[in-house]
Amino acid sequence: MWRYIGRKLGIYGITFVVAVTINWMIPRFMPGDPVRSMLSRASVSDPEALERMTAYYNEVFGLDTPLHQQYFAFWAGLFRGDLGVSVWLYPEPVVDIILRHVPFTLGLLLPAIILSWIIGNRLGAFAARSKVLDNTVLPIGYILTATPYMWLALLLAWALGVVGGFFPTAGGYSFALTPSWTWGFFTNLVSHWFLPFLSMFVVALGGWAIGMRNMIIYELEADYSNYLQALGAPRRLIRRYAFRNAMLPQITGLAVQLGTIIAGALLTEVVFNYPGLGTLILNSLNNNDFFLLQGIFLFVVVGVLIANFIIDIVYVLVDPRTRVRMTGGAS
Amino acid sequence: MTLRVNDLKVHYRTLRGDVHALDGVDFELADGEIMGLAGESGCGKTTLGKSLIRLDGRMRHVGGTVELDGEELPIADDRAMVPFRYHRVSLIPQYAMSALNPTRKIGRMIDELLRSRGVRPRKVADELRRRLELVGLEPDVLGRYPIELSGGMKQRVVMVMSTLLDPSLLIADEATSALDVSTQRSVVESLVGFRDRGYVKSMIFVTHDISLVHQMADTVMVMYAGRIAEKASTRTIIEAPRHPYTRMLIGALPEVGTTTSDTRLEGIPGTPPGLLDPPVGCRFRARCPLASEECLRTPPLTEVAPGHRVACWKTGA
Ligand SMILES: Nc1ncnc2c1ncn2[C@@H]1O[C@H](COP(=O)(O)OP(=O)(O)OP(=O)(O)O)[C@@H](O)[C@H]1O
Ligand code: SF4
Ligand SMILES: [Mg+2]
Repeated sequence: MWRYIGRKLGIYGITFVVAVTINWMIPRFMPGDPVRSMLSRASVSDPEALERMTAYYNEVFGLDTPLHQQYFAFWAGLFRGDLGVSVWLYPEPVVDIILRHVPFTLGLLLPAIILSWIIGNRLGAFAARSKVLDNTVLPIGYILTATPYMWLALLLAWALGVVGGFFPTAGGYSFALTPSWTWGFFTNLVSHWFLPFLSMFVVALGGWAIGMRNMIIYELEADYSNYLQALGAPRRLIRRYAFRNAMLPQITGLAVQLGTIIAGALLTEVVFNYPGLGTLILNSLNNNDFFLLQGIFLFVVVGVLIANFIIDIVYVLVDPRTRVRMTGGAS
Repeated sequence: MTLRVNDLKVHYRTLRGDVHALDGVDFELADGEIMGLAGESGCGKTTLGKSLIRLDGRMRHVGGTVELDGEELPIADDRAMVPFRYHRVSLIPQYAMSALNPTRKIGRMIDELLRSRGVRPRKVADELRRRLELVGLEPDVLGRYPIELSGGMKQRVVMVMSTLLDPSLLIADEATSALDVSTQRSVVESLVGFRDRGYVKSMIFVTHDISLVHQMADTVMVMYAGRIAEKASTRTIIEAPRHPYTRMLIGALPEVGTTTSDTRLEGIPGTPPGLLDPPVGCRFRARCPLASEECLRTPPLTEVAPGHRVACWKTGA
């Protein structure tokens, strides 16, 4: 078990180092002077500020020192939690900007992933149980997964936001309010959160439900199910086994899907102009803000790695087969 | 008489029509009898076994009755069959290797099954351990997952599990097909031991392989294309079979007792008829060297000697 965790940690560690290195290389190996091109397109009007910024970024990039020193300086900065200063929002540190946006993204992603996974699995298991449900859940599920996300999001925004007027369709909270720990601000936050959340939830739901339904039906046809039925075991027991065994591939599925789900979150934020990391990426691209982009990229990579690691561990805990294989089975 | 099967007809419903997998099957099983059930692939052995314990969704009981210990089995009624299953009729399936839930420890799975059948696991715990030891397994297999066991071990676990409630009838469907020869022998010996100790009253042992049957079975029943060709004591079937099909089947075997495979199954020329629309008359006609005019009529299953029944017009010859 510990060897397994150690090996996994090693793999994730290497992935992280590679990601950081690529991240570091991109601005440096682009043709031209990264600082000049960055600042020229960042449209800074005050010449004195431009002077200061040029000096700062030249130093950060340390272009006059040897490459390997630049590289180690980058790592050192990383461990101090220093990802540089944003160009777009100069002179605010990148880390601060990111930390301000991360809660919005997480607040959207985590509930959407977890709830769609849990409810989708329940629905799928339900559908596998009854013909009527199967004939409704399945087509709806297929329609949901086949619908392009953009289309669905716009439809939701239009129906529930523009026409229905139940929810605002843009922003993280009303501009008129300042963030505070009050009930009023909280409800405002939630009402802005709802539509982007719903769109992500709904899109993911169909896929999980279909996957679960198919897995359960497969498990109910499995040899052990037939054997138990022949011995007169009640449906309840057989379903319980089938549900548990069908869950296992769904857990792996969750790990595989994480990457695309995060990409989906970026899209959601753009559509609903939601102030998370996705919108931030868009802004930093528009403003040629390498540092900010670099910082966000690192955050996302770390986030995906941590999530995958957690799923790996959970999987080992729930599936005796992987556990046995690791400790060396008898046969 | 443990089991009495009268004119049993079971069809599979398919899009192309009904497959007449069992078409009037008639036999009896005495108390303590181990009957080998042989015949080529597709002749209906598994179908017969399943019909006695649980019809699957595509199977339809078309006619005939089954009596167990003098009581009629409601084989067409899935619900009404439940009380009989496991307690009175049990099964070692053809797929015993994968019959155990891979994510449950074996002991726990058995407990859950027992509890769901209204048996307190505590009451049979000692018996379970004793029987595991009897088939050569350490009781600590109960704390393991199926993946931690070899094929032969899983087979034996299923064997013990299936017979734990001392059923009257055990159906062992190809219980040894997936095993190597020495494991086959020990499984066969264990099964006979189970009968001798009264863990099961009587047994139907399905197999492709007549040479295996003669080691253990008291009687052998040979099926052909959904019907019974011949049933007799094992000795009679091996030494003096009357039905042309049985004779060819025996002839296609290596010398009884040897296991060399070079003489093995040149096979019987031709293939069995399709059961979607079975031919009239004797179903073996197309492959039978003795076939003649009268074989256009269906030969009845007649008793040619005590306990020896054959369905062929030419048995007098
Ligand atoms: N689900 C099914 N649907 C339609 N026909 C079936 C089905 N299962 C079996 N059959 C047909 O019923 C007949 C009997 O099949 P069965 O499985 O009982 O044969 P078997 O004697 O057990 O063969 P084997 O030795 O290969 O296990 C075969 O002709 C087969 O094609
Ligand atoms: S009844 Fe005729 S065709 Fe059938 S086995 Fe006997 S001799 Fe052959
Ligand atoms: Mg079979």
